[in-house]
Amino acid sequence: MSGWIDSILQGIMLGALYALFAAGLSLVFGVMRMVNVAHGDLIVLSAFLAMWLQRLMGFSSTFLTLILLVPLMFAVGYLLQRTILNPALGEDILRPVLITFGLSVIIQNGLLQAFSADSQKLHGGRVEVASIALPAGLAVGTLPLLTLVVSTALIGLLQWVLYRTKLGRALRATSDDLSTAGLMGVNTPHLFAMATGIAMVTVAVAGVFTGIRASFDAVSGPDWLIFAFEAVIIGGLGSLWGTLAGGMILAMAQTTGARFSPSWQMLAGHLVFLAILILWPQGLFPRRTE
Amino acid sequence: MSIHKEWGSVRVEQSSRLSRMAAAFAGLLMLALLSAPAWIDRGHLSLLMEFCYFLALAQMWNLLAGFAGIISLGQQAFLGLGGYVLFLLTIQLGWTPIAALVLAGVVGALVAIPGALIVFRLNGAYLAIGTWVVAETFKLAFSEIRSLGAGSGISLPASVARAVNLGPLHRDTVLYGAALLISLLSTVCSYLLLRSQAGLALTAIRDNEATARSAGVNSLRIKLFVFVATGFGTALTGALIYLSKLRISPPAAFDINWSSYMIFIVVIGGIGTLEGPIVGTMVFFLLRQYLADLGSWYLIVLGAVAVVVMLKMPSGLWGTFAKRYDISLFPTRRRLILDRSVLTSELKSGHASAGGDCE
Repeated sequence: MSGWIDSILQGIMLGALYALFAAGLSLVFGVMRMVNVAHGDLIVLSAFLAMWLQRLMGFSSTFLTLILLVPLMFAVGYLLQRTILNPALGEDILRPVLITFGLSVIIQNGLLQAFSADSQKLHGGRVEVASIALPAGLAVGTLPLLTLVVSTALIGLLQWVLYRTKLGRALRATSDDLSTAGLMGVNTPHLFAMATGIAMVTVAVAGVFTGIRASFDAVSGPDWLIFAFEAVIIGGLGSLWGTLAGGMILAMAQTTGARFSPSWQMLAGHLVFLAILILWPQGLFPRRTE
Repeated sequence: MSIHKEWGSVRVEQSSRLSRMAAAFAGLLMLALLSAPAWIDRGHLSLLMEFCYFLALAQMWNLLAGFAGIISLGQQAFLGLGGYVLFLLTIQLGWTPIAALVLAGVVGALVAIPGALIVFRLNGAYLAIGTWVVAETFKLAFSEIRSLGAGSGISLPASVARAVNLGPLHRDTVLYGAALLISLLSTVCSYLLLRSQAGLALTAIRDNEATARSAGVNSLRIKLFVFVATGFGTALTGALIYLSKLRISPPAAFDINWSSYMIFIVVIGGIGTLEGPIVGTMVFFLLRQYLADLGSWYLIVLGAVAVVVMLKMPSGLWGTFAKRYDISLFPTRRRLILDRSVLTSELKSGHASAGGDCE
């Protein structure tokens, strides 16, 4: 019995991380109806950059690299959107999908070239092995708990930015009606770049936490993109808290699947995703449309 | 009113002198390709065979994305499925390879129906990733089947490989012939489909789905048809590929790279044209010939070329060339041919061009 509870607890904490993967994907889609196929690869890129920065600066914990990595990835996102992605946006949804698919292949193979195909892991310091004892013989690792807290806080912050700030108002207006927002004086190319920049902030944090939690390699990106996508669809489009719940449901499916057989971990997640897509195509927590 | 009287001097053309010349040239090329096993060595024959099946895969992806607007990143699901059906039928049920090839296509089509009903629930751009999830699910599911070698895969026994020999024809020749036939059929069937009424409906959906639907086009039915037809073709091609490779494993058969190659070929050559995939496959093989030794640099270059093409010339190499010189070797558009002498009196000078395109 405690094994099952443990799987569910692990699922909740891992799910928060998936929701963090998904938040950036969802934000970009919400604002410009664009799916960034290279999203997972950008998370992997962040993890590799964190590894490189840690070596370069001699930090004791990879968490410290976030001081540099967050602004760096924001800049990468902003420039990527302004130079390559903005010109591809328009009526045709094909172009952004195919361009980001091309970027995904370039990033994966670039990382293979730069860091080899070896599996890597980031070093978070003592927090990695610490744990907190719970009643009934259960224990939660400090790191997964920290991941849960940070992911939830970051999603909350994103929600606050979207609904309580001037930037958020412009983002929501653009999402609702691009041309009218433009007429009202919203500088859409800049705004789109801001949205991708913010998405890359979540990507930077996600990359560091994922890299400390488990090992990764140059081609881990597609799996992470798929987890992010599944979390978004399970939760329902347009709702960040729904995405958080979606991530947790996906991760719980994976951790309980893994109890039957390790190879069932991913398969169980995909099957639950497909079942939800069949039964509730709008997702479990769709945003109410007025 | 007077313009209406002149309608007698207007005709609709779906071919041109150039396209008829191209058809004649294509016929000669086919003769040369058919006789290829007689005059080229085995190494080049297998390269030519690879060219054929990549062209077939690209042609089908082009039909999906370029005409039906279904951006699939999961065609490897059908490709791998076809391969596995062939292995299952020949090894465990003792079917002849040729019969198994056809049934592999049928299974692909049958799987495409429920597959479409699931992934079509997703919005266009998210559909792309949805198809990818389905392909990943297939990969993981086939890794669980012990009788087909689970995660490490399975080989075709020599007896099955020998069964491909047809009388005096060596199996390499037979497989090459089949690949040539599939590439020809995928091109010709796409061409005929696009020239038909269904093709007109597809083009209308691609240009503006809402307007097409309001004009009475049943977009779901026609998209479903294209998805099922390409499911058939891709599974059949997959079965052929693995019949020639003689060994199949889930990571290779359901590899996303299959979709990457289809996409790069179509994008570089020119999406939404039938000539594009042909040009794209040539560029693909040319780049591979010179860059394959560079390992991951090859894919970096291929990806970069595709990104630059998408940004700078979204209609690809062929599309840009054809637009510039107004050329179409496989015309699928209907052209309105106006008799200029009658019409100049009726239309303002800037307005009266001799050939108006009617897409």
